[in-house]
Amino acid sequence: MGELAAFREEARAWVRENAPKSLWGTSGSGPFEGYWGGSKCRETDPDLLRWRDLGIEKRWTAPAWPVEYGGGGRSAAEEHIIHVEMQAIGVPRPVAGQGLAMLGPVLLEYGSDAQKAQHLPGIVRGEVRWCQGYSEPNAGSDLANLQLRAERQGDALVLNGQKTWTSHADLSDWIYCLVRTDSSAPKKQMGISVVLVDLSTPGITVRRIDLISGYSPFCETFFEDVRVPAENLVGKENEGWAIAKAILGHERASIGRSIARQPGSAQRDVVERARRHLGAPEGPIPDPLLRDEIAGLGMREEAFHLTLARIQQEAEVGTPGPEGSITKIVGSELKQMRFEIGMKVAGVRGLGWEGPGFDPRDLEYTRDWLRSRASTIEGGSSEIQKNIVSKRVLGLPEGKK
Amino acid sequence: MTGHRAPHLLLSDEQKMLAKTARELIAARAAIGRLRSFRDSKDEVGFSRELWAEMAELGWLGLQIPVDHGGLGLGFFDLCVLLEQSGRALMPEPFSSTLLLGAQVFLLGGSEAQKDAWLPGIAAGEKLVSLGLPEEGIGSQVSAAANGRGFALTGEVADVLDAHVADAIVVPALAPGDRKTLFLVDRRETGVRLTRQHRIDGRNAAIVHLDRVRIGGDAIVGPRHDAGPLLDEVLDRARIGSAAQMLGAAEQAFDDTLAYIKTREQFGAPIGSFQALQHRAVSVFTELALTRSAVLAAARAVDEAPDDVARLASLANGVASETFMLAAKVAIQMHGGIGVTDEHDIGFFIKRAQADYVSLGNPSQHRRRWAKLHGY
Repeated sequence: MGELAAFREEARAWVRENAPKSLWGTSGSGPFEGYWGGSKCRETDPDLLRWRDLGIEKRWTAPAWPVEYGGGGRSAAEEHIIHVEMQAIGVPRPVAGQGLAMLGPVLLEYGSDAQKAQHLPGIVRGEVRWCQGYSEPNAGSDLANLQLRAERQGDALVLNGQKTWTSHADLSDWIYCLVRTDSSAPKKQMGISVVLVDLSTPGITVRRIDLISGYSPFCETFFEDVRVPAENLVGKENEGWAIAKAILGHERASIGRSIARQPGSAQRDVVERARRHLGAPEGPIPDPLLRDEIAGLGMREEAFHLTLARIQQEAEVGTPGPEGSITKIVGSELKQMRFEIGMKVAGVRGLGWEGPGFDPRDLEYTRDWLRSRASTIEGGSSEIQKNIVSKRVLGLPEGKK
Repeated sequence: MTGHRAPHLLLSDEQKMLAKTARELIAARAAIGRLRSFRDSKDEVGFSRELWAEMAELGWLGLQIPVDHGGLGLGFFDLCVLLEQSGRALMPEPFSSTLLLGAQVFLLGGSEAQKDAWLPGIAAGEKLVSLGLPEEGIGSQVSAAANGRGFALTGEVADVLDAHVADAIVVPALAPGDRKTLFLVDRRETGVRLTRQHRIDGRNAAIVHLDRVRIGGDAIVGPRHDAGPLLDEVLDRARIGSAAQMLGAAEQAFDDTLAYIKTREQFGAPIGSFQALQHRAVSVFTELALTRSAVLAAARAVDEAPDDVARLASLANGVASETFMLAAKVAIQMHGGIGVTDEHDIGFFIKRAQADYVSLGNPSQHRRRWAKLHGY
């Protein structure tokens, strides 16, 4: 612990010294904060770009990845400390994205040396942006039902089919896809492979999806006779399901993190709204029932953050408990709870879609409230999570659903 | 977490060992079915004095009492480790009265003479102390009239835990000039009368009647003028200790329920294979995980972050009350018909859950306090 404590001091000092002041307190705004990079990136904020460069130079964009691929070669505990210190002052990580959060860890575990050398440095430097091709119109919660076909033709795979919920496919350079390489396999979990696809390959079209909240980063991605070199398969052909599950594990951890925000921030946010809309700049919030609801939210938020801290402490001493399995469920429900109460306190002033007659803060909040309905669906619905906890943690017998 | 640093929430190896030893001894010696026997035989004591003495010998009753007062000199956190285990068996032994309410009054507000007189006896299991809590709103009140150099106490306090066997009872009373003061009343004093109460939850309690009970000025515990802050501090510790007991009890109810639904068969399958039950079980598991974090943080705050105790006491007690009640209700529902029979032990949990829910502040009172402490 002595060494880690010393490293914590070092990390804190470096982050506070180097993170541009304009970025302090900006983290926690949503899942797509920070610098996502890629060849289509039009980011112009000089501080965000400087923070990216400093992070790359310090090798702290992927602190725990091997040095040979541009990582920092640090331990998982040290990486966590770095991230905590950034979170503590509310600055985003220097480079963000699904390459860092999801694909990278999987390539490190399952990828070939050539794949690692080809893809990891670009991810570390924020030069190549990745998106995820998982869900399909008929493969949501039942992901293993996916149908996008990949047929061998010589040393290439030919892809035909459709992916959906491909976040930011329109801004990404590459997509990692789950494809069906063997449709005659006896179980649907068999015959699935993971393949890396360059989105500029002919035959790919991307269409944006609007949500109930309006604009969204989600897309549909269509594949028509798309030729991909066979060496882009990750791991063994037809054995991609295990890899898919590993990626989903990283995704849930990442969703849990992004939902967590700053301790106490949900309560602060709703109290501020209540004060503004109920005309009570200070003192007790005049409606005791709303105050009770807000306190319930605040207490649950605190218990959730304490639980995240406990999970982390258990992991640091090498005895991870089973609580990690519930963070996605609780975090997403907490987010919805926060927006629901925030909408209640706004009353009719929360009904604006756009234009005059409404406070811009309320217009944005209302969109966020609508968007929050997806949080218990995306990344594994709460119901699917409960099935998993029930089976793996509580040891309840598998049954008819 | 008002600051960015989360409290340390893990048990040390010694604390894990304490939890394990306590769990084993309690499982072997304190079956929940005892509550039924005590109730049906109208047992005069209502708990096992032998078991209490045995726990004293193991050092458990003096975990948090300083070494020079006969204890082990550990922290409140350690006491909560023990309390969680006692909660698993819904033990009716006088943990709440003597170790939480009683001992904390002396630890926080006692004079050296009072500490010398009471703490070693508490640690040795030889002395029992309780605290009477006049209920807000009902108007039960004790008054302390000046009487020579001392006072004469008159009034009545009900629901005083273990008062039927306590050697002394701490009673908040209004002294001349409307000053709230804590008085230590010896049960043997003339004018003290006790009426045993029989409750649903298996804990023992009595009404304390005081009729011009004459006591000296040295029977005051803590400040003479305003005992309010001291009482709040004592109650916050009791809230946290009680939350630890509730956590243990809720875990036990859940463990028993999980074991039951894995074996009970209907429609040719264990009922635990039905998704309707599985999802409810996960909900209880989720609340237990959140509650455990709150209880650990609150217990740690008593030892390490005194400024955060009030807030975390309300968090822990409020959350634990809701979780225990949920676990107790789900336990009965999943046990089905057998769950509502007196023959089965699972029904004892909801009785204790209700008692704990309304004691030391109910969850809505804790939410109100939480809001106030956060400035809204």
